[in-house]
Amino acid sequence: MDDSVAEHSRPLRILIADDSDSDRLILKTLLKRLGHEVLDVANGLDAVSVFQREAPDLVLLDALMPVMDGMEAARQIKLLAGERLVPLIFLTSLSEAGALARCLEAGGDDFLGKPYNRIIIEAKIKAFNRMRLMHRTLSDQRDLIRERNRQLTEEQEIAKRVFDNVAHSGCLDASNIRYHASPQSIFNGDVLFASPRPAGGMLIFMGDFTGHGLPAAIGAMPVAEIFYGMANKGFNGQDVLREINQKLKRILPTGMFCCGAMIEADFKLNQLQVWNGGQPDGWLIRTSGELQALPSRHLPLGILAPDQFNADFDRVGAAPGDRVLMMTDGFLESADSAGNVFGEQGVTGTLDRLDGGDHPFDAMMSAVHRFTGNFEDGDDLTLCCLEMMDEAGLATLPDRAAPSALAGPAEWRCSYEIRERTLGEFSPLPLLLHICMEVPGLRRKSGEIYTLLAELYNNALEHGVLELPSEWKHSPEGFGRYYAERDRRLANVEGHYIRFTLHHSLKPDGGRLRVICEDSGQGFDFHNHPSVAPGNSPTMSGRYAGRGLLLLKRLAETIRFHEQGNHVEIVYDWQFARTAENRDD
Amino acid sequence: MTDKPHLDEEALAELRDVMEDEFEVLIQTYVADSRDRIRGLQEALRADDSDAFAKTAHSFKGSCINIGAPRLGELCLKAEIAGKESRLDDASGLVDDIAQEFEQVIAGLDGLMVG
Repeated sequence: MDDSVAEHSRPLRILIADDSDSDRLILKTLLKRLGHEVLDVANGLDAVSVFQREAPDLVLLDALMPVMDGMEAARQIKLLAGERLVPLIFLTSLSEAGALARCLEAGGDDFLGKPYNRIIIEAKIKAFNRMRLMHRTLSDQRDLIRERNRQLTEEQEIAKRVFDNVAHSGCLDASNIRYHASPQSIFNGDVLFASPRPAGGMLIFMGDFTGHGLPAAIGAMPVAEIFYGMANKGFNGQDVLREINQKLKRILPTGMFCCGAMIEADFKLNQLQVWNGGQPDGWLIRTSGELQALPSRHLPLGILAPDQFNADFDRVGAAPGDRVLMMTDGFLESADSAGNVFGEQGVTGTLDRLDGGDHPFDAMMSAVHRFTGNFEDGDDLTLCCLEMMDEAGLATLPDRAAPSALAGPAEWRCSYEIRERTLGEFSPLPLLLHICMEVPGLRRKSGEIYTLLAELYNNALEHGVLELPSEWKHSPEGFGRYYAERDRRLANVEGHYIRFTLHHSLKPDGGRLRVICEDSGQGFDFHNHPSVAPGNSPTMSGRYAGRGLLLLKRLAETIRFHEQGNHVEIVYDWQFARTAENRDD
Repeated sequence: MTDKPHLDEEALAELRDVMEDEFEVLIQTYVADSRDRIRGLQEALRADDSDAFAKTAHSFKGSCINIGAPRLGELCLKAEIAGKESRLDDASGLVDDIAQEFEQVIAGLDGLMVG
């Protein structure tokens, strides 16, 4: 308020143009007495050039002047002023209505008659100054709004670009995944990520943040970082979820959270693990046509403190060809023109009518199309369908991790041991993989390294320490019994340990990684194991039931057992790649 | 022909108030300016340029009104109208009247300065 008072009483710079010397002198003196700065000229041409040079706040123009008259000067001055409001008052003793009107048409804002009356002059100047300031305030605010709007649009575009870089679609384009997500889904708060796991299998996360616009998108950024960062390093779905929940709990304001669903698909074990926190029911559609709901059993992410958060997955067996379907709330809320929503009935109805040949993804999309009629409006839905398949079909998933420019360590050795109750609480695999990935030559082999480490670790834990018979996993009843027993025995591992010793060294054409895995278990009779003894066909018996050991044998140069079978040593060799970017190696 | 006074005492008093020390400069400026204008009217008359005649009379009228010489202003208005209506034949008498009235005004203004 004080500012505007000061602004209103600030002296003005006023231009006078009048060819009558005495009139000009009177006006100039009057205005100076009022405290204003006065510029005076005797014709229109000079008025225009002084206006251009001095940018006065207000102009008083005689209508009839030699060289260039007031009308023409007014037109040019208004043109020069552009968007700025410079009040222009004609000084005139004209009395004919048409002449006065022409003054206004030329851009004049008012008249001042002769003889000059100082009270009227002062009042008019004040009134026009008020108008000038109001116009300036409006223009400034309009410019400010325009600028803010431009900034906002630009920021949103940048945010979208940054987000697209961080939250790329991962392996969503894999042949066994079908999905729909609106291009603007990030600003609807929907996210959908998929990543291959280093040891095979896939991790998919579908999230739906409360709210819309930038606030909803901002929460999605760390989720993407965590998801891709951890999935790449081999963390399992549980670990990723815990990390996401903890992060969101810390950064999101109260009342904001993320409904989420995580699917961990293991194509080797033919099993799905599902965690659903606040998303609509997911559905497992078996090749037989059998349907199984995958309902939400948890609170959304970002609500519970880490110690209260439950990251237990539901585990279901799923054979190649079985499909799992997940959707966000927007799918159920899709409405027709009368405001009726598609709802759960829409979903279950569509699934019930599924024909053998129908892909559930297509059936669901066309059902919601038909229901809403006009699909373009408010597309706010995300739908994803994952199909179980043979592991071999996914062998060539693209590796997005860019190679580091740094040459990593070549000669090193480390030993890492986890003990007792930590055996049940913590997986050392991501850490070990991370250490190995410091070697550039091994980075390209992350899948194989992870598989080796995981195979060694799981065998040491489940068969070595916990002494679980792997045969159990081959019948549906045994499957449940196996995991129940696993949990029970993990609570009782006093004195037990698993120790990894990694040793890396360079060779002329590459490098060698030696991994020794020791455990505190009973070991097994490796001398008579069918897959170790040459010539025998592998059968499913005892520890290292066929498949796991065969996998190790296929990936490693050599595999040797020591002690009573609880000490395994493998040697893994890698060669320098003979590609253009690596020819300096 | 007109009953307006030669000088508007009240307007001149106000001008003196506004102009303070510069009042004398203003009067001198007005007088010099007016001589130019009368010369301008005479030239326009000789050149039979009714447009220039009307414009000069219009400007002259303005400054007369401002300075407080209403009778002279009224004569200028008549000249302006005559110019606009292209009746320059009638105007030569008017120019004489204007010159005569101007002398009256100067005399009055001189009186003011002295006083």
